[in-house]
Amino acid sequence: MHADPKGVLTGVHFIDGDHACCEGTLAAGARFAAGYPITPSTEVVERFASRIPTVGGIFIQMEDELAASIAIQGAVWGGAKAFTVTSGPGFSLMMEHIGYAAMTETPCVFVNVQRGGPSTGLPTLPAQADMMQARWGSHGDYGIIALCPNSPQECFDLTITGFNLSEEFRVPVMLMLDECVGHMTEKVVIPEADRIAVTPRRYTQRVPGDFRLFEPRADLVPDMVRAGEGYRFHVTGLTHDERGYPSMNVDTQDRSVRRLLDKLKPLSDSRAIFEAENLDDAEVVVVSYGITSRVAQRAIQLARARGVRAGKFRIISAWPFPERHIRDLAGRVKAFVVPELNLGQMVHEVARAAEGKAKVIPVSHAGGSVHNPEAIVKAIVEAAR
Amino acid sequence: MAKGAVAVTVERCKGCGFCVEFCPTHVLALSSAFNSKGYHPPHVVAAEKCSGCDLCGMYCPDFAIFGARNAR
Amino acid sequence: MNPSTLEIPCEIPAEPQNPVEPFLRMDRMPHIWCPGCGIGTTVNCFTRALLDSKANLDKVAVVSGIGCTGRVAGYANLDSFHTTHGRAIPFATGLKLANPELQVVVYSGDGDLFAIGGNHFIHAARRNMDLKVICVNNLTYAMTGGQTAPTTPAEIISATSPYGVFEPAFNLVQLADAAGAAYVARWTTYHVKQLARSMGEILNKKGFCFIEVLSPCPTLYQRRNKMGDGLDAMKFYKQASKVRHGAPTGECGLTKAGEIVVGKFVDRDRPDYFELLRSQMTASLGERYAEPEVMCSEC
Repeated sequence: MHADPKGVLTGVHFIDGDHACCEGTLAAGARFAAGYPITPSTEVVERFASRIPTVGGIFIQMEDELAASIAIQGAVWGGAKAFTVTSGPGFSLMMEHIGYAAMTETPCVFVNVQRGGPSTGLPTLPAQADMMQARWGSHGDYGIIALCPNSPQECFDLTITGFNLSEEFRVPVMLMLDECVGHMTEKVVIPEADRIAVTPRRYTQRVPGDFRLFEPRADLVPDMVRAGEGYRFHVTGLTHDERGYPSMNVDTQDRSVRRLLDKLKPLSDSRAIFEAENLDDAEVVVVSYGITSRVAQRAIQLARARGVRAGKFRIISAWPFPERHIRDLAGRVKAFVVPELNLGQMVHEVARAAEGKAKVIPVSHAGGSVHNPEAIVKAIVEAAR
Repeated sequence: MAKGAVAVTVERCKGCGFCVEFCPTHVLALSSAFNSKGYHPPHVVAAEKCSGCDLCGMYCPDFAIFGARNAR
Repeated sequence: MNPSTLEIPCEIPAEPQNPVEPFLRMDRMPHIWCPGCGIGTTVNCFTRALLDSKANLDKVAVVSGIGCTGRVAGYANLDSFHTTHGRAIPFATGLKLANPELQVVVYSGDGDLFAIGGNHFIHAARRNMDLKVICVNNLTYAMTGGQTAPTTPAEIISATSPYGVFEPAFNLVQLADAAGAAYVARWTTYHVKQLARSMGEILNKKGFCFIEVLSPCPTLYQRRNKMGDGLDAMKFYKQASKVRHGAPTGECGLTKAGEIVVGKFVDRDRPDYFELLRSQMTASLGERYAEPEVMCSEC
């Protein structure tokens, strides 16, 4: 299916990542957003509030992030594509409802424009310190998909990808921007609507009475439904069976909760999204994502100029972690250098996937600005020794 | 013939006594019999007084009783 | 409202169907509520109200939070949502905004709606969001074992106030009134006819409508306070209730054993959220305003 032209601002724009993200939601078909103001994310919903009344949809500023993160799910079950936007402190508040979305398999998008933390932290400055939280922030066993754009263009493109993946896998998707990418202004090309692929919601073809809301297809993902069509379905956060009825026993728990993770496995393997460059002869691979990948790009150039065979593995889908790719690389490179705007988060995943077959060297940064490329170059050069 | 009658789903009853207490014409009393959970369900003690008003049905928290008007 | 009457020939058939059964997921019976709990009674009243309002049941959605009353969603044979603690109202807000054709009923308990959910309640009332909120108030957190709730009256012994509650309790009807609700009523589970009538009224009224229903919690509230069982609570409701339609809600506070003011206190016409939205948008944007098509028909 292609994008609805009503939401597509075709043209060449000079806008920042937050604004581009908003255009991405509209192009993806989102017609409902609920949000709460929080720097540096607010512009996403401010633009949506400004655009949606002429596109045809609703924005509601809720009283807090707890409300926003569940209002979007109500809207999804009413038939809408919906999203919310926040940053660190709001992301923390949303955790229960991210878990609810995962448990009820509600397709929706959460945008986190990461800022310095913890707590109130650095509201106007970048960090990438919510990466683990995106995966593990809610209680219990569940999985999510997380995408990391590194430019305003990607803020547009990956937002659409995020919506598409959430519909395909019936899972909440985290769009992990950071303040730098969100507030950097660059060229963003928005194509014609008929050149934008949008995944439709996989509504069931079965009739009421014959449909079970949590019965998976072969790809482990169940069909969707919406309220008002006579299906008389039930959605609960309690452990439930294929009918959606609470079924609080060991067997149902094992079956249903495992499937929440299993259905996402393709993303750690064949469906992982990443950008790789110069890996064929690489001795050191720089693994990075988001704004740090822009600095890493420069660092790799500098390292090559100094004779180190440095390669780039830019993570775009951070969760599920692209472990098969890292594992394969670990067998043939000396080291991974992992710069992040945090004190070590995704580096642990790289180390886990590398299984000791390559050194894994973090280049940590507590946040507040981007790395100096020299810090990364230094790590690359030392890793190559 | 009484204006109405009640039907009791004995196994659902939890013996709360609402129907007995609030029947306006005192048609019901808790029986000395037990259902399989050990509760005393209501039984009709004054069938001729039943109007079929279904207040018992509205009160019953366990959906175990209802009343209906008999058609003439 | 005419009480629903069932005309059946001569005698009740051997396998009669309780009129409430089509509204229940009978494959999930028996429910979990205790003997003498009034939640099931409120469900009967809701069923009657749905029947009498001739609502298209495919378009009625029930949203509950967590707690004993929160389990209503699971038993209702409607599109139903058992959401997170305190958040039924914002979920219901999103559901209604996405599909305004739905009649969205929030059915939850006092702790869920007014403690953790309090903020959401007041904002939805402020916005006059078109939601029908039925609050079964058993004056406690029943599901978790009978802890103090914002509605628990002073001197009551609870699991977290073993020496007696001393905090002032919320007056829910006053709170709803002050927050801007378009309809505010209180009944008890003794007042089955009136409750069903009120529920029918709100199904036909636009805007944020609120009904508080006092209900016994025999296992925890009654037992811990040596107040007998569910039937004793019902007799107390009968004896202590005074119907005062239109009473100032500030005068309707509840105490441990005092008078229970019941009735319809507020029934006013205010533009609901949709009307306000449309009116403002058309004033600002004129022709450029696009009617919200939030529900994506082909996606």
